[in-house]
Amino acid sequence: MIAISDLSKTFTLHNQGGAVIPVMQGAALTVSTGECVGLVGASGSGKSTLMRMIWGNYLAASGQILVAGVDVARAEPREIIALRRSTLGYVSQFLRVVPRVPTVDVVAEPLLNLGVPAEQARDRAMALLARLNIPERLWSLSPTTFSGGEQQRVNIARGFIHPWPVMLLDEPTASLDAANREVVLTLIEEAKAGGAAILGIFHDEGARDRVCDRLVDVTGFRPAVAA
Amino acid sequence: MNAMTETRPLLSVRNLTKRYGPRIGCADVSFNLYPGEVLGIVGESGSGKSTLLSCLAGHQTPDTGEVIFQTAQGPRDVLQMAEPDRRRLGRTDWAFVHQNPRDGLRMGVTAGGNVGERLMAVGARHYGDIREKATDWLGRVEIAADRIDDRPRQFSGGMQQRLQIARNLVTGPRLVFMDEPTGGLDVSVQARLLDLLRGLVRDLGLSVIIVTHDLAVVRLLAHRLMVMKSGHVVEQGLTDQVLDDPQHGYTQLLVSSILQV
Repeated sequence: MIAISDLSKTFTLHNQGGAVIPVMQGAALTVSTGECVGLVGASGSGKSTLMRMIWGNYLAASGQILVAGVDVARAEPREIIALRRSTLGYVSQFLRVVPRVPTVDVVAEPLLNLGVPAEQARDRAMALLARLNIPERLWSLSPTTFSGGEQQRVNIARGFIHPWPVMLLDEPTASLDAANREVVLTLIEEAKAGGAAILGIFHDEGARDRVCDRLVDVTGFRPAVAA
Repeated sequence: MNAMTETRPLLSVRNLTKRYGPRIGCADVSFNLYPGEVLGIVGESGSGKSTLLSCLAGHQTPDTGEVIFQTAQGPRDVLQMAEPDRRRLGRTDWAFVHQNPRDGLRMGVTAGGNVGERLMAVGARHYGDIREKATDWLGRVEIAADRIDDRPRQFSGGMQQRLQIARNLVTGPRLVFMDEPTGGLDVSVQARLLDLLRGLVRDLGLSVIIVTHDLAVVRLLAHRLMVMKSGHVVEQGLTDQVLDDPQHGYTQLLVSSILQV
């Protein structure tokens, strides 16, 4: 479901003397249906950069990023939007929402975008929020005032409300207590069993060992330093 | 079900140029807008974004270029249309939300009248129907039914802006132009308006072209961005790509200049 080949990335800093910084070269990996692949490598080695390139908010310099048959490296914005709507899910570390929108609506939104009736979407959202132990009295409040762990769980609820065939998970168990970590790992296992192809970053080694079928070390994708 | 799977653009703009004497208003702008898409046009004051919007909406006449709209009768170049046809388009398929509600509302007419007037302009005559539809739309923009006979000047700025949106959307337009719609509002009122706009875009499948200098607004509202500088489009792409990985020096400067709260 994900097939990356010969992918490279550079940053050009126009306001700092036009410095060109190559950050990735020759990246390649695949993730199949029902498989979870973990990205490993030291901090700053390019795990998040690779995830963002697959999500489409970082532009590739060259190479191919096939997600369910769409080459994200070359696709038109509207093709990527359609891909994100129905096929590609992303649990980032940050929750970015319209202020003052109730938590339950934040979580239900991806389903509304798919045309699911509002009532049904809210029911699914409430079920997931309950499962992730977000107290019911918070559901009608905006998550912008929540604690880090609560925001993370709202983000996860939003990320798992639709059975995306392809999922990107950036540290889904970070800042969670043991009980909620267990819920999230079970959600990941259920998604895999449902056929999702998952690519994740897990600093939590126990979580990584439990859900990942394979690991890919991104250190190998660093560009060679010019002599 | 999904407007965004439509393959024909709703609006196709080709090489649009507007000069003010020797000065460039906007130059050589081309893009396609598809049904259900929200396009943000960003840039600082004087970048040409408002000139572009008013050329697109027919408020100014560009010097050269094409603005091809997918009408019920097929694609037509709006710039070549006879004036009455273009005016009809402005009352039916198109809508324009001004930054200042005073520019888009009739301040001496009641809220219900403001909404009903646009319905009458497209031929509605039955008073009961008009009032019912006006009440429905006031509800959708969260204005209480008991305010229907009040005049806009008795409303807060946020309410006036929501009334302007109701007045514009009541006739079921397919394309909405917005010029800094959240510009003059308090941040908390802005958030509510953003949420309302997102819901309307999603539920009605609207296509929107929104001009703003506020990058936080476009991040939450626009699917795609066009960045303008000195009348030229310097960069365009997926909204989060342009904001998270800007390619042009000017966009990099713009993004890195945002104050963090």
